[in-house]
Amino acid sequence: MSDLVKKTAAELVSMLQKSEVSSVDVTKAHLDRIEKLNPTINSFLHVTAEQALKVAQDVDRRRAAGEKLPKLAGLPIAVKDNLTTTDAPTTCGSRMLQGWVPQYDATVVTKLRNEFMPILGKTNLDEFAMGSSTEFSAYGPSRNPWDTERIPGGSGGGSASAVAGYLAPLAIGSDTGGSIRFPAAVTGTVGTKPTYGAVSRYGLIALASSLDQIGPVSRTVLDAALLQDVIGGHDAKDSTSLTKDFGSMAELAANRDVKGLRVGVIKQLSGEGFQPGVKACFNESLALLAANGAEIVEVDCPSFEYAISAYYLILPAEASSNLAKFDSVRFGMRVNPSDNATIEQVMAATREAGFGPEVKRRIILGTYALSSGAYDAYYGAAQKVRTLIQRDFDAAFAKADVLVSPTAPTTAFKFGEKVADPLAMYLNDIATIPANLAGTPGMSIPNGLASEDGLPSGIQILAPAMEDHRLYRVGAALEALHEAVWGKRLMDSAPELKVGA
Amino acid sequence: MAKEELMNYEKALEQFEVVIGLEVHVELNTKTKMFCGCRNDFGDEPNTNVCPVCIGLPGSLPAVNRQAVENSIAIGLALGCSIASSCRFARKQYFYPDLAKNFQTSQYDEPIAFEGSIDIEVPSGNVFTVAIERAHMEEDAGKLTHVGGSTGRIHGAEFSLVDYNRAGVPLVEIVTKPILGAGAEAPELAAAYVRSIRDIVKALNVSEARMERGNVRCDANVSLRRHGEAKLGTRTETKNVNSLRSIERAVRYEIQRQAHILAAGGSITQETRHWHEDRGITSSGRLKSDADDYRYFPEPDLLPVQPSVALIDSIRAALPENPAARRKRLAGEWSFSELEFRDVVNAGLLDHVEATVAAGASAQSARKWWTGEVARIANAENKDVDELGVTPAHVAELATLVESGKINDRIAREVLAAVIAGEGSPAEVVAAKGLEVVSDDGALLAAIDEALAKQPDVLEKIREGKVQAAGAVIGAVMQAMKGQADAARVRELVIERANS
Amino acid sequence: MSEITPELVRHLASLARIQVTDSEVDRLSEQLSVIVDAVAEVNKAVSGDVPATSHPIPLSNVYREDEVLPSLTQEQALSGAADSAQGRFKVNAILDEE
Repeated sequence: MSDLVKKTAAELVSMLQKSEVSSVDVTKAHLDRIEKLNPTINSFLHVTAEQALKVAQDVDRRRAAGEKLPKLAGLPIAVKDNLTTTDAPTTCGSRMLQGWVPQYDATVVTKLRNEFMPILGKTNLDEFAMGSSTEFSAYGPSRNPWDTERIPGGSGGGSASAVAGYLAPLAIGSDTGGSIRFPAAVTGTVGTKPTYGAVSRYGLIALASSLDQIGPVSRTVLDAALLQDVIGGHDAKDSTSLTKDFGSMAELAANRDVKGLRVGVIKQLSGEGFQPGVKACFNESLALLAANGAEIVEVDCPSFEYAISAYYLILPAEASSNLAKFDSVRFGMRVNPSDNATIEQVMAATREAGFGPEVKRRIILGTYALSSGAYDAYYGAAQKVRTLIQRDFDAAFAKADVLVSPTAPTTAFKFGEKVADPLAMYLNDIATIPANLAGTPGMSIPNGLASEDGLPSGIQILAPAMEDHRLYRVGAALEALHEAVWGKRLMDSAPELKVGA
Repeated sequence: MAKEELMNYEKALEQFEVVIGLEVHVELNTKTKMFCGCRNDFGDEPNTNVCPVCIGLPGSLPAVNRQAVENSIAIGLALGCSIASSCRFARKQYFYPDLAKNFQTSQYDEPIAFEGSIDIEVPSGNVFTVAIERAHMEEDAGKLTHVGGSTGRIHGAEFSLVDYNRAGVPLVEIVTKPILGAGAEAPELAAAYVRSIRDIVKALNVSEARMERGNVRCDANVSLRRHGEAKLGTRTETKNVNSLRSIERAVRYEIQRQAHILAAGGSITQETRHWHEDRGITSSGRLKSDADDYRYFPEPDLLPVQPSVALIDSIRAALPENPAARRKRLAGEWSFSELEFRDVVNAGLLDHVEATVAAGASAQSARKWWTGEVARIANAENKDVDELGVTPAHVAELATLVESGKINDRIAREVLAAVIAGEGSPAEVVAAKGLEVVSDDGALLAAIDEALAKQPDVLEKIREGKVQAAGAVIGAVMQAMKGQADAARVRELVIERANS
Repeated sequence: MSEITPELVRHLASLARIQVTDSEVDRLSEQLSVIVDAVAEVNKAVSGDVPATSHPIPLSNVYREDEVLPSLTQEQALSGAADSAQGRFKVNAILDEE
């Protein structure tokens, strides 16, 4: 393995800026690794080597010419395949969109291009981001670099495995109920879901519009902050985009002092029913924070109990509507069931063939939740639960600066373990969902290896809306404390990824 | 599509009370579409005024057009509605290929304007107050063209083509409450109501308001119930009624059709019906059923619209004169007879006459030209007056030419025909064709003398008091002058000759 | 007994324009019954006076000015379509209505 791929994004940025390394070398090192390992790990659905190298060459030429370049210029990145790109197919992990090359770039992709970041390719995901394991990708699951027999989390398992497997220094993810944070937890990486509206959703193929948020996938908190600074900011094309200037997360992450910080432990997510090793790691981190001057308080969020239920009504409802446009007319797959089929029959046959089982399940569920007679009891009630969850957050943040919980109840499970049981799969998101319902920011950082299986666990940090900087500050502080205790980064304990493993 | 049996209209009204409800869609004339920056111009090459938003590409997001919201508020205010302090967009979901997202972004339980009313005068002079339930914002759909098949219509079509230029064009849908008590005048009221809406949105300058282009479209709900019955009858919704005349005819047809069914002991099917202009009938469309479940829910990609009191007040302050009040004022200013004024209003020519008067014509001559020759030509050519290309300035110029004696009425009609043929303004046509009447008395007198020489007894007859005898000379003079003479002047000169 | 009957699943699938086989209907009604029974607990959490939240971060009056932005070319617009003709998206005949 090239030493270059082991570097953090921040280290590579520093080397690029000082011309100690060329962007072409950095990009090539990652492309080589992708070429070698992607057949095993399946992080990428499409690799855009040629385009990435072109950008890298351009950056190197400009830098050599003394041109002032954006901070992350020349640093390669991977993009989840539910963001539109004009120079690569965008499939959302669905057969429905096989081969579709969008006519426009997502705002975030435009920002990456404006930053001169070579895009290595598009990463795998559960179909339309519906899932927690990438097992629902129409193009096969991605594998967890820690154990290739296990899931890398989902839906953003492609981005997380790419970063955890050193196939990319950074990646873009999207988080609707934990799709950035859960994969981060089970791959020993950092996953951040910013405040709803902090990053433009324009060009993100919508799963659930009121829950979706794009965010950074990285190996360190500082790397996440660097990427957040590139992709954040107001966009007139997304009406829900916030106009507030969040400031530089990278600068704010520099303050790593936790003395006097009030850390709230959510009673409902403090470890009940969680894997013992995950719970033990969580408690160790609490002790570490307390030992360094943080004040640990317990907060009560009784409505969190209903979060999964509310989520699995709101998400399918919005998804059923967002996915209605996949009808064979303007883009995507078309299935003609017979010579004289009507357009209605073509649409129904196309949607039957193009959507996988989980997508269909959720579309039907969402159609039900919005149907006349069921709306009030389901969608309407779920929207009210959302209000209650926001109130719980408000009360909790009156007592604490940040809230913490284990990111997920378990470490990475084995392929096939939960795929046949939708409800069991849905429970992975129990700790991550409340932040999506409330629009508040959350981050998962590596939290040690669970003793029973030696696999990574994650700790989730939550902050009030628009207070994203608290995540970076506390995340960076805890990350530093961990490294001091462990004597290395968690990722350094990962086994070497082997071809065909 | 069988022609259905109808009950005699008067008989139908003896037995049944008519209840109508009208849904009018108004296309706004904003520069851009409702939710994206594409040009609001759907006559262009197909699929050229489209973008990821209005063809519903995955990942695209809507952004509300501020002007469209303000125009909608203006319409609400002009209809006497309350403006919501907070309202939302909602998705109305159904699959159809002209609907790019397979949902229409509309408003559901929170329209921008609600609870208004408008007084409508029908041709008899009766005035009805129509209660407005709501006016809400939404987007138009694309345009489907059905190709192939035996009839060229949907059922026989082999395939269809979709143009999304119109998809996303801002619409305001205005919905009345059930309108009762119009009796035999229900069809006229329906047409007069739509005309009023058209006049209002035109006066507000928020829509091109051209029905023939679909800028204003009407769906007419009709139901009947026996006199004295408390419960409303089952209604039908007739779509595609896109001219004032058709609205009147379609409502009348539905009354007669439903009356026949009900009188025979049958029941009305709740359904949409299509109006067929050519045959003057409605035909059964789609059944309303349990399958119609639009699954409305608040549009998560858009935020509440909360117009401030200050904004509403400023829009209110800028509203133009209410068309009904304006009519009252103009009736006073023009001193037409009641019948003359109503003719102008019913022909939809109020704006034309007003603009013509403003351009310098007298009210009477403006009225005569528009309701007379211009309307006659339009009727003969089966066109809307506005499609002839005649402007108020043209008519004023024409009237002035006549009033000043430069041309006579017969030549004026010829000039008008030339204007319609695109040969220029009336003055240009007169100049180009040398149509100006001969006003030189010398030339006229020479022609008169020549004619008198052939009919020497005429002068004597005139002196005896048989003035009509002058007609023969006038005719000969006009012929000699190729019509380019003022007949009245010729007559004066002949009589002068006789009495000199 | 759950409210998610096979008949309801068929109706929902037709609303959602998804063709379903008999065995899919059976499987879906079984799975959805379990899910719906579980998520129905949202009703226990709320009393009538709780307002609904449809947007996580409350904003209002977000507008775009009425200014023309670049459109796609016809070629771009049609580039992803399965079929097109005469500058338009081409679809099979429509059965139901206009």
